[in-house]
Amino acid sequence: MDNKIKKVDLIFEQVDYLEILDRSFRRTKDEIILDVIDSGLRGRGGAGFPTGLKWKFAKNEEADQKYVICNADEGEPGTFKDREILTQVPEKVLGGMALCGKSTGATRGYIYLRGEYNFLLPQLNATIDKFHEELKNMNFDFTIEIKSGSGAYVCGEETALMESMEGRRGEPRNKPPYPTTSGYLGKPTSINNVETLVFALMIANEGPTKFKEMGTFDSRGSKVFSVSGDTPKAGIYELELGMSLEDFVNEFGDGDTKAVQIGGASGFCVARKHFKETVIGFEGIPTGGSMMLFNSTRSMFNILNDYLEFFEEESCGQCTPCRVGCQQLLKGIEAVKKGIKPPSFLDELQKLSETMRIASKCGLGQSAPNPFNSIINNFREEIIY
Amino acid sequence: MTNIEELVKQQAEVHGKTRESLMPILQAVIRSERFLSEDAMVAIARELDISTADVFGTASFYTFMDTTPKGKNIIRICKTITCHMKGKDAVIGALEDLLKIKLGENTSDGRFSLLQANCLGWCHKGPVMLINDEVYPEVTPESAVEVIQGYLKQK
Repeated sequence: MDNKIKKVDLIFEQVDYLEILDRSFRRTKDEIILDVIDSGLRGRGGAGFPTGLKWKFAKNEEADQKYVICNADEGEPGTFKDREILTQVPEKVLGGMALCGKSTGATRGYIYLRGEYNFLLPQLNATIDKFHEELKNMNFDFTIEIKSGSGAYVCGEETALMESMEGRRGEPRNKPPYPTTSGYLGKPTSINNVETLVFALMIANEGPTKFKEMGTFDSRGSKVFSVSGDTPKAGIYELELGMSLEDFVNEFGDGDTKAVQIGGASGFCVARKHFKETVIGFEGIPTGGSMMLFNSTRSMFNILNDYLEFFEEESCGQCTPCRVGCQQLLKGIEAVKKGIKPPSFLDELQKLSETMRIASKCGLGQSAPNPFNSIINNFREEIIY
Repeated sequence: MTNIEELVKQQAEVHGKTRESLMPILQAVIRSERFLSEDAMVAIARELDISTADVFGTASFYTFMDTTPKGKNIIRICKTITCHMKGKDAVIGALEDLLKIKLGENTSDGRFSLLQANCLGWCHKGPVMLINDEVYPEVTPESAVEVIQGYLKQK
């Protein structure tokens, strides 16, 4: 590998997770949480909330019951890392959940697994059964259960996920209250991405320093990337954060990369001329891991059209800006392409997308404008002609 | 008691009769019947003591909970961009020819439904096909046809 791209092996490394838990169970809640805060770990699902703070908020709540949820509703186009983590190191995910349970005072954990990954169920359930036995031997009261999704992208949004777990339509709730105050069944809940939980376990293992030394000030540590599209090296890679997109493309591109979509359909499209100054991380363009590369044979109109069709189908329909906005953006670019509307209509659509960004209730409608504006701004001519 | 009422009753015993049991019960009916009939939804509503409209309202939200009849085997081809780039249209074309149906239709013998799905999470190994819960990454028109022929041979 190019020396500017630093490969890391924390997530998939085989460790004695029981020994890590055994050590952690002897520590106080605050000691564990302080390590996670100190490490600078931020949520790996895409939103990037500081994990240690989330755990601290949940810990500080008084309640008769608290919950831990592992968000395995990996639906963002271009990401497939959580499936790989759950396949290769499921016991580390369970370990991370138990660690979160220990530090927040939760005794019940749930994995919300997307329906598209139902084939993982037999193996995962067997791992959970074994894990329960091991926890029993350690006298630690914590149980984990899997809840399945049924094909709804929006359920990856944490409050929609909880609605779904409660047997309702997966429509996001208003925030606040945040899940750490009122989550699943109205109880304090810390909900974390699959990868985040594994990192937390590894930080408990090695202390915060090693993790903190990697990456940049805003983006500590490493991250699992899902690389797809026009690349000879499609697959899963754990890399240190803070690299430039240029370095990334030099490593993974096919020599003709014209654009990279960072962060999936809800992320941003970066054109070749901006590769150099674009940093992959929270100070630049953050990603839940999805990196889709496109070479010069690809039509950016088709790519944008595909993303907008996706959002139009997956919008939960609850709030007007998102429901109507996604439909109109899709209809709008089709009308411009066919010449029914003049090119200047794209400006109107960009105003609409700004309304969506401001007024939508959840991340879906707020981020659908990301691919729209970044593709229109970089490849306007491809949308019109 | 009809078969479906019995299935619902049995599932309610396994999962409980609270609202949180609705998803697992709906999913169990889908696993067995591939779709939710009106009878099934009425039976679930009665068992959980909620309105049928509430059951339908919840079910109709989820892509994998069909409320119209589906084939015994549901074939879903991922249609999201990277699978699109890797040739999912050719795979769909080959299956349409083999099964003599169009996308979104059921075969007349009720054995197959052919559908598209949003990202299935195999972008590095597209195009990908899901049959019920089984996944088939990196399919070609030829290999997809072979897989379906395997299903056709089963009784």
